[in-house]
Order: sequence, then structure tokens, then C-alpha cells
Amino acid sequence: MRDPVTAQSAEPVATPQDDDVLVSVRGLKVHFPIKGGAILARTTGHVYAVDGVDLEIRRGTTLGLVGESGCGKSTLGRAILRLSPVTEGSVWIDGVDVATLQGEELRRQRQNMQMVFQDPLASLNPRQSIETILTEPLRAHGIAFDARTKVRELLDKVGLPASAARKYPHEFSGGQRQRIGIARAIAMEPAFVIADEPVSALDVSIQAQVLNLLEELQDELGLTYLVIAHDLAVVRHVSDEVAVMYLGGIVEQAPSDDLYSEPLHPYTKALMSAVPVPDPVVEENRERILLTGDLPSPSNPPAGCRFHTRCPFRQETRCDTERPELRELRPGHRVACHWAEEIEAGTITPRAGAVTGGGGDEAGSLSFDQRG
Amino acid sequence: MTIPLPPAQGPFTGNDPSGPETGAYEEDERGLSLWRGAWRRLRRNPTAIVGALIVLAFVVVAIIAPWLTPYEPGSTQWSGEVSPTSVPGPSPDHLLGLDRFGSDLYTQMLFGARQSLVYGVVSTALGLSVGTLLGVLAGGLGGWVDTVIMRAVDIMLSIPSLLLAVSIAAVLGQNAYSIMIAIGVAQVPIFARLLRGSMLSQNKGDYVLAATALGIRRRRIIIGHVLPNSVGPTIVQATLNLATAIIEVAALSFLGLGESDPAVAEWGRMLVAAQDRFEAAPRLALLPGFAIAVTALGFTLLGEAMREALDPRTRR
Amino acid sequence: MTVTSEFLDSSAAPAGVHQGRGNLNGDGTLLSVRDLAVTFGVRGQREARAVDEVSFDIRPGEHIGLVGESGSGKSVTSLAIMGLLPDRGVKTSGEVRYDNENLLTWSSRRMSSLRGRDIAMVFQDPMTSLNPVVPIGTQVTEILRRHFELSKGDALARAGELLQKVGIPDPKRRLKEYPHQLSGGMRQRMLIAMALACEPRLLIADEPTTALDVTIQAQILELLKELVADTGAALLMITHDLGVVAGLCDKVNVMYSGRIVESATRRVLFGNPRHPYTGGLLESVPRLDSPRGAPLTPIPGSPTNVLPWTHGCAFAPRCRNAVDDCRRVTPALRPDGDRELRCHNPLSDDLPDDQRTDA
Repeated sequence: MRDPVTAQSAEPVATPQDDDVLVSVRGLKVHFPIKGGAILARTTGHVYAVDGVDLEIRRGTTLGLVGESGCGKSTLGRAILRLSPVTEGSVWIDGVDVATLQGEELRRQRQNMQMVFQDPLASLNPRQSIETILTEPLRAHGIAFDARTKVRELLDKVGLPASAARKYPHEFSGGQRQRIGIARAIAMEPAFVIADEPVSALDVSIQAQVLNLLEELQDELGLTYLVIAHDLAVVRHVSDEVAVMYLGGIVEQAPSDDLYSEPLHPYTKALMSAVPVPDPVVEENRERILLTGDLPSPSNPPAGCRFHTRCPFRQETRCDTERPELRELRPGHRVACHWAEEIEAGTITPRAGAVTGGGGDEAGSLSFDQRG
Repeated sequence: MTIPLPPAQGPFTGNDPSGPETGAYEEDERGLSLWRGAWRRLRRNPTAIVGALIVLAFVVVAIIAPWLTPYEPGSTQWSGEVSPTSVPGPSPDHLLGLDRFGSDLYTQMLFGARQSLVYGVVSTALGLSVGTLLGVLAGGLGGWVDTVIMRAVDIMLSIPSLLLAVSIAAVLGQNAYSIMIAIGVAQVPIFARLLRGSMLSQNKGDYVLAATALGIRRRRIIIGHVLPNSVGPTIVQATLNLATAIIEVAALSFLGLGESDPAVAEWGRMLVAAQDRFEAAPRLALLPGFAIAVTALGFTLLGEAMREALDPRTRR
Repeated sequence: MTVTSEFLDSSAAPAGVHQGRGNLNGDGTLLSVRDLAVTFGVRGQREARAVDEVSFDIRPGEHIGLVGESGSGKSVTSLAIMGLLPDRGVKTSGEVRYDNENLLTWSSRRMSSLRGRDIAMVFQDPMTSLNPVVPIGTQVTEILRRHFELSKGDALARAGELLQKVGIPDPKRRLKEYPHQLSGGMRQRMLIAMALACEPRLLIADEPTTALDVTIQAQILELLKELVADTGAALLMITHDLGVVAGLCDKVNVMYSGRIVESATRRVLFGNPRHPYTGGLLESVPRLDSPRGAPLTPIPGSPTNVLPWTHGCAFAPRCRNAVDDCRRVTPALRPDGDRELRCHNPLSDDLPDDQRTDA
């Protein structure tokens, strides 16, 4: 099949002219080889974790990336920061194609692009004090600073007292640790920060603290975010624009409000209808599109539209043969579905049984009373 | 399923060191690092105290041995009092009696501690330093360096350590150095594998990825991040290995590969020499045997207690 | 998916399914928990009361929710009911009344014959709940054969039926496979099949969908609803996710730091939460159905930041409504209109959510 081309863009893309755009990802692919063979390791296949992704993030805005586990969203985030190997494509950040950088050049560039991790405890070195954690990156990049004031200032920015400096990660609660992770990410004043599931490891009651902090810092420092999460409500809350990912590709991308008011892709519809809402009245009356089966293996993705194996709107033609392009249906609202117009117009309806709820009560087709 | 372990700190006490009401950190005090936390747990562990006391007694005796006895080690000046059927027992002049060569047993025991300590420490230090170096290279650099080192270590590991020591002693000749080298070399694979293994697992940690993302240099990540988080098991192993090294020194001496100079007191050799006098004077075998066992036990207790103290699962 | 309002009335549960399988308690409840307290005590350390004064009833066919964050004691409560807490270092008191007997006094042997057959449990992590080295089929048939006297062949046939019912395709092949060969969603289906194999009267589900993706979560919740409706089993749902209980439970108990702080039917609770913790939780999670840009109001502090209940209200250090009494007087769980409430200064009765915290 496709041979991985190392770090070379297949189609050379010029630096994006638009000065407004900070991050521009073009045709990004991350394919992990699967090693097999009894004695000598041979490559027996590839995991197509990220398979051709285009993204743009405007300066000072937040792009949300949602998808379920295994869809490649974390790999995409890591590849953008060159923490996963890039098989193909380009990643322009602030006028530099980081996908082609190597060694010391890449290391220097990391000042400008930072990451907040999902598990705050695991991402902090347990043997370093908070002060060391916050100042080590500055030292590594030869940035001059006064340790005491810098640490104090960073802690203050994320809402921790100065006395935290001499303590160690295990002495903090989950929310406080995530604040430390955020302080570390902004220590070098980067332009771009990727937050990979920044709140999913935290208790419900403190998630909002961290989300609010991320927003405050964006206003204060003019940061540009890529927020990766599986929780649609969280993503919608923090994002100006949202991209929905399924099995290595973006299936829909739109301004946050548009996506949630008018989801066009069947997967987005299903995803949104599956999110539980803490309101019994809403829960009792909402329609739910149930997907069948599980996510197919990214090492052997389905031909055609990758969602067609689970899609309740699947058609006889095109879906299983032709991979849909991401196309702009409305200004700023792009969707990768052959039948998006027809689905929206209501001329194509979901398969019977795929929709539940909406006040109708259907007793389950499953029953236990047939037993003798 | 997971049954929640009884929480070390209940839901009412909270994680905040300064207590529930005052908020997390009112006091401007140094936090508790993992090393200090481990040290604190170690000090409170009765096993550690017993082990440490034994080890301490052993080390002190080894160091001040010359001041604890009026006699020279290896002096056979009372050989006339020893016959094949009778070895003089304890007396005011000789607290533990004489040995079969006519030396003062008490003196021999004291200086035996000194020999065991030197042999144990030097050989373990040798194994630890070479093993650590190989482990860091393999675990830190990876790739073909890792493959080459680990295959070599595998080969060493496939030879029983005592056999390896025997062969080295046979090649280098019968002297103190060959014993220490033999025992040290036999330990190299243990440390190399242990350290490499824990470095590889630490390498997968998020904090290593985070350090890379921050633009910290690879060498600094290995030495400043991965290594400090990986050495715990190695330190424990080194302590435990002191015990085995002492036993191995005795074993090699017992096999006749050790120190050839009969003037040097060594517990393993004393054990050998006691064999044919066992019925006449069992203490000649029992005392060195007991000394070896207790010393090894001391190091083992200390090592186990250190393992417990360093184990991240008992943290918090 | 109209949920079970008809099951509020116990007579609506399918009759006959559980006949001859033990009685209800004298007061008509299936399971009645009274003043349950669980204390962990480790040698040399301060005792910690993980659960205290927990009381609630489960009627046949009813769906009860137990909601709380980490450290709230919700899972410990379920383990205490099931008799799954370790003997050493754990003290349990109070009463778990079932079939007019107190389960807490039962021997572990007697409990194990009850578990699986009368009360079954589904856990959060399906991988650790299944034996990794035993084929799925063997694990299911084992349960069936232990509780019913079935031949090997009959048990296998029945296991195949069960897998089909929980929506596992190609059950014949699946029965020969090992747990790691199934996806997370499939494993959870397996566990549900195993839990419902003996048609228990009560199913305890402890965060059954937390490890799963939302679309799979929706499948599993739908499946749970259908299956418990069909078997007439009662459901005790333990979760941190208010959204999950909103669509599923008749009655919801909110726990904080080991005690129930608010307890009401879900419409009452979600329509007008009165405990500041319940209210705070609802305001701190972003919702898909609310207008975007509505600011989140987080609960300050963290769940570890608590006051001992013996000194006052555990939530007081994080509570916006706290008054002096909250730090001095232990609040009791008192009936308050259509709910039970443990609070000295509850949120007002009628203000809508978004106006409340502006003060």
C-alpha cells in the first residue's frame, strides 16, 4: 500500500500568506508500522492513525478537536508538536514548517509550541520541585530570568500561591497539578498550546476551574489553542471552531455554534445525541441516534467513507467505494459526507431502529422472557 | 474488580498537608520530596532499624577491629596448644578459644568481618558501577547500542554467577583481587538489566514526553529525569547484593579459590578449616557460619525495607 | 426510552419473574440500607470513615442513582452492600436489609451464594472484572452452572442466547474467545450478560460506562435500560456523571465525603437542586443544550478539601452559601418538602439556576 514518505510533503505547500493564521496543517499523515515476523522484525502493515488531515487555526482562537478513543486525535496533536513521527504532510506554526525540522532546530522551535497533558501527575517529574519544573525549560532554552520572580509570577498566573514553589507534585490535588502543568506550558510564552484532554482526569467539580483558567490565560496572553477532548460539551464550551475526527480523518469542521446547532455529518449527529444531559426533561424527550458496533481497526480502515460500516444513513452507492472529501457546504462549515445535503433536506433518513427516544416508546427488541 | 485499599489518608483528612481548613499551603515550608519521604518511611520501619543496626555493628567491628583485640590476625603463636583431637575452648586470654591453627578465634572473627566488608563492598561497587554504566547506555541510547549490550549481558546471565566467578578466579589466579573482580563481574548483568528495564518503562512516562515537548535536551532528559526515577530498584538490589557478595566470598574461599595467604582471616576459609575439627570444636564452624548468616540477613532486611520505602505504591 | 416511570409502582414490574426467589422486606422494599457506616483503619494510622449515615431504599424494579466524586464513598457503599469489602481493617455497621434479614451479618459463604444470583454487579473496568486466561464461554457457563443446575451443553446454549441478547454478534465464535480479543464496549456487554445471567433482583452498576466512549456509552445505557425493564430487576446506578442518572434513575442520592447530602426524585433534584454541592455540580459542567458562552461557575477547592463531618459540614470549605453554623454544627439529613437535604443554608427554592450564584 502507501509507502511512508519521511517528513516530506507530497505536494509542496507555500507558507500560508494569511497572517491571521497561526497554525496550518496540510495533508498530515501518521502511519505507524506494525512489526511482525518470527525472527527478523519486518513491517507487516501500518496503523493509519492520522490519514490526511488539513487544519487551520487563527491566531488567538481555539480549535476544538473531538473524537472517540482510537480516532487518532491524540496522535494528531502529538504529530503537530513533533512528538509523534510525521509520515507525510506539513505543519506550519508561526511561519515555520515544523514537520521538516530536525535536531537542534526543532528543539529551539519548541519554545513556541507547548502542550498540556491529560494526566497531570504522570506528566510532572515526581522528583522535581515545582520551582525546578517551572524553570527547567527556561534554562534549556537559555532564557534569562530571575528564578524567584519568574516562578512567583507563573504560579500567580495559574492561581497558586508562591509557597507552592518548593513543594513536589504529589503534594497537590489533581486540579492544582493541572495548574502546574499549565504554568509550565506557558513559562516560555509560546504562541501555540495544545491541550490534550486537559480536564478528563479531574473530578467533575473542578473541571470548570481548569477550563476557566485556560480561557483567562488565552485572553491575557493571546494564546492560540488546540483543545483535544472526547467530551463534546467541554470542547464546545472552550472552542471557537470545532473539528470532528473519525478513524484518522476530519469528518466535519465548523464554527462551534454552527456545528452544535446544525451538525451535518451523520457521525457528528450520533456523537451529539449520545452525550447525556443532566436534565431529566431533556433526556426523556431527546432523539438518540444509536450507532451499531465499534470503531473499526485503524490498521485496516474500511474502504470508501470510513464511517460507512456504522452509519445509519448509509446509501447503496458511493459510501463504500469513494472516500468523501471535506467540502465546504456553507461558509466555514465543512463536511466529509457524500450525502450531507440530502440528509439535511430530509430526503435520506436513518435506518429503522437507529433512532430511539423522542417520546416514542418502543419496548426493547431484546427480551429475557423467552426462557423456558 | 478493584476493592479500594483502605486509604492511607481517609476522605476526611485530605491530601493537603496543612489540613482541611487552612487551605493547601499557608506555611512557606519546603515540600516533601520523594527521597525525603522514602527516608522518613525507612526511619519508621522496624525492619529497617533491625537491618541497619546489624549492618552498622558489622561495619563498626570491621573498621575498629585492631582496637578490639590485643592480638595480630593470623598469628599462630599458640599452635602448640592445638592437637588433632582437642582445640582449646574459651578462656580469659582467648574469649572464643583458639582455632585449629592456633590463632585466636576472636581476633580471626573480627578481622574476618573486615575482609567480608572489603570484599563485599568492592565487588558490589564494581558490579554496580559497570552495570549502571551499561544499563544507562542501553536504556538511554536504545537502538543498536541497546541490542549489543543486552545480548552481551544475556550471555553473561546464562552462565551461573558462581561458575562465572570460579572461571574468573581460575584465570586471574588465586588472590584477593580475582575474588573481588569475579564477584563484581558476576553482578554486572543483574544491575545492567534492572536499570535498563526500569529506564525503559520510565521512558514511556508522560513526564518524559513532556520534557521532550518542552525542548529539554535528550542527554538532560536521560540523566536528569529518567535516571533519578529509575535508580530506586537498583539501590535496593545493591543492598541485597552485598549480602550475596559476602556469601559468595565465603563460598569461593570454601571452594579454595579465595585468598591463598592463610594469615588472612576470612569467614569462608575459617569454615573450610573447621571441617575436620567439627566434632572436637563445633564452634569453629558455627561462629563464622553464624556471622555470615547474620550479616547477610542484616543487608537483606535493610534492602527489603528500602524497597518498601521507595515503592511508589506506598507513597502518600 | 421513556424511562420506567411505570416502575415506580412495584406492581408494574413484570410479574412472575422472581417468584419463589425470596421475599420483599416487610415494608415492601427489595433492599433497604439503614445507617450504613464503613470505617477503614490501618495499623498505626488514623481511622477514616469512608461512608457514614447512608440510608436509602430500593423497591422492586426501581432505578436508584448514587452520585458523587472520587472519595464520596459511593463505591464503598456498593461494595459494603455486596459484602465485598476486605475483612481486615474495615469496620462496617448499620443494616442492609434484604429478604427481612441483615446482609451485613451474613457469612461470606452465604453472601457468595446471594451474589450473582440475587444481586449482581457490573464494574467500571470490564478488563479487570473478567479472567484474562479463561475463555468467555467458560466464564459465563460457570455462573449459570453454579446457580442453576444446568448441564454443560445447556449452559453453553443459554450462554449463547445471553450474548445474543446483549447484542454481541456471532456468539458461538465469541464464546471461544478470550476477554482481550473483545473491544471495551463488547467486554462491558459481556459483563452485563454475566450479571443478568441469573436474572438478579437487583443489579448494581458501578460506573459501568465511565471507561467507554460516548457512542458506546449510549449503546450500553440503552441496553441496560431494556434489560432491566425486561427482567424487572431493580438498578442501583453508581456514577459521577449527572447526565447518566438524569436519563435513567427514578431517585437520585447525591453523596459528598461519605454521606448523602441530597436525595430526591430526579425531576425534583435536577429541576431545583437545593444543596449547594448539587447546585454547584450542575453549574460547573458545560452542557450541550445550554447556550454557548454561558460562563461556568466552578466549585472552588478540591474534593480532598473537606471538613470532618463531626466538626460541621464537610462541604463548608468549598461552599459559597456557608454560614457560621456550617463550620460548627453537623447538619442532619432532614426531610425538606419533596426531598431530603443535609444543609444549614440551602439554595433558595425558586430562583432559576443562572441567577443564584450572582451574589
